[in-house]
Amino acid sequence: MLIYLPIAEISVNALVLLGIGGGVGMLSGMFGVGGGFLITPLLFFIGIPPAVAVATGANQVVASSISGVLAHLRRKTVDLRMGTVLLVGGLIGSTGGIWLFRWLSALGQVDLFVQLAYVLFLGVIGILMLQESLRAWYRSTKPNVPRRKLHKHTWVHSLPLKMKFRVSGLYISVIPPVLVGMAVGVLSAVMGVGGGFIMVPAMIYMLGMPTKVVVGTSLYQIIFVTGYTTVAHAMTSYSVDVLLAFFLIIGGVIGAQIGTQIGVRLKAEQLRILLALLVIAVCIKVALDLLVQPSELYSIRIVGR
Amino acid sequence: MRVLLLAMLLVSVLPARANEIIGALSQNRVALTANFSGSEILLFGAIRRDPLEAYFEDPTENRPFDVVVVIEGPRQTVAVWRKERRAGIWMNTDSVTLTSVPSFYAVATTAPLSDIITPETDREFRISAPQAIDGTQAHETDPQRQVFSEALQRIREQADQYQSLDRFVFLDREILFRANVRLPANLTEGAYTTRMYLVRDGGVVSQFRTAIFVRKDGLERWIYQLAYDHPFLYGLLALAIALIAGWGASALFRFVRSG
Repeated sequence: MLIYLPIAEISVNALVLLGIGGGVGMLSGMFGVGGGFLITPLLFFIGIPPAVAVATGANQVVASSISGVLAHLRRKTVDLRMGTVLLVGGLIGSTGGIWLFRWLSALGQVDLFVQLAYVLFLGVIGILMLQESLRAWYRSTKPNVPRRKLHKHTWVHSLPLKMKFRVSGLYISVIPPVLVGMAVGVLSAVMGVGGGFIMVPAMIYMLGMPTKVVVGTSLYQIIFVTGYTTVAHAMTSYSVDVLLAFFLIIGGVIGAQIGTQIGVRLKAEQLRILLALLVIAVCIKVALDLLVQPSELYSIRIVGR
Repeated sequence: MRVLLLAMLLVSVLPARANEIIGALSQNRVALTANFSGSEILLFGAIRRDPLEAYFEDPTENRPFDVVVVIEGPRQTVAVWRKERRAGIWMNTDSVTLTSVPSFYAVATTAPLSDIITPETDREFRISAPQAIDGTQAHETDPQRQVFSEALQRIREQADQYQSLDRFVFLDREILFRANVRLPANLTEGAYTTRMYLVRDGGVVSQFRTAIFVRKDGLERWIYQLAYDHPFLYGLLALAIALIAGWGASALFRFVRSG
């Protein structure tokens, strides 16, 4: 069943879109990740123009995060104050990212930049995650290893502009969370991802936030930043395709429900190892595309779109 | 002698009539709707022979007619990029910008194009794809440009956006002709000019022009116009759809599971 996408201006099979949405939705249900980092490259592979893939990817993240945000708000596992500080950084970062994206598009290097960004971030995150989850798995098999200290005094605690974050039980400078938010905002605009895969580790290891509020707070920031990114892309590059987003979202919500059911039956440590391997696999795939000589060295870009 | 005089009189009295081509299309509108998967267009027409020429034609002398049909999509400015290996990574390094390149181009003929028209005719009427892409002849002084416009043609031929349809025009008794051209699913909106040439002895005898109007329709048109005319509203709409679909679906699943 072919459908014509009005903004991407190509016809694609609706079942392929539902499949991509469903597959990624299933993974995000299993692992509790947004899945934007998989949607965007998959859209590249089926021939969606990069600008449309990134902008529409951001829109899809809004849909896949909303139910999670509401659930966390209900359970009061969101540090609204921290979330808002992260959000301020996110909005600044996203605005900068949109400018960067447009500038790179004009230079003809946006594909390369996005691919390199994927290789770098997925590679680093995947390896860190694998290392961490293997260690956790090892620890779970040997219960007598001493626990990590709860509170460590790091460089984060010696910066000015300190603020109290009661829900997280922190009294730290706002500079690190704003910077983290900014980095995630740039990624959201340039890569079409929510950025949870970078924000969650940063919140735990850099800011020292308690694990129970990390996911809710990051989702809270993500939904506003990706929402802002969607509108900003729609206004600056007219590249959000609602029909494309619609099919991805429908596939995504169904997949997420199935994924959650599978996720419940698997052990957390095993899940994290699987997710780490998946992230590394995507990284290798994207890297190979850069390293192996492409069959067609030329590509066409329509100017002004 | 009397017959000849009469004929000369007729020539001077009757309106001058040369061989002429008259064409038509099975449809001159194509609507890009959500389920658009390409469209088949029938181009047909007739050749009106010059009555005098037909009368005086020497049957032993063989000067056949040929028909060339060209469909050309809206022209765009495109940048063609070339990848090169830099520090082990394949990246875009050079580009050539070609202004006014057809987004779609199909040439259907009764016989291979090079057999029925001379290169001069091709250049004058810009019939073959290379002429249509870069008719400015700038590539003759710039071999680099030539390579890039050839690459553009190759890529678009693979995507069926450029089609070279030799012997796709059927000519019946040198009077009626018809051709089927398939427009692919990935069409750009705009006027597709359609040219039909009557060809003889390597040159164009007569031509006929018409157009096919391709436009988005229904939901597609509405979405497209909203996106370009009211981008802020459109962005909010995209957000609203995402929020409602995301929240609604999970609420539905929760309801189904609990009840």
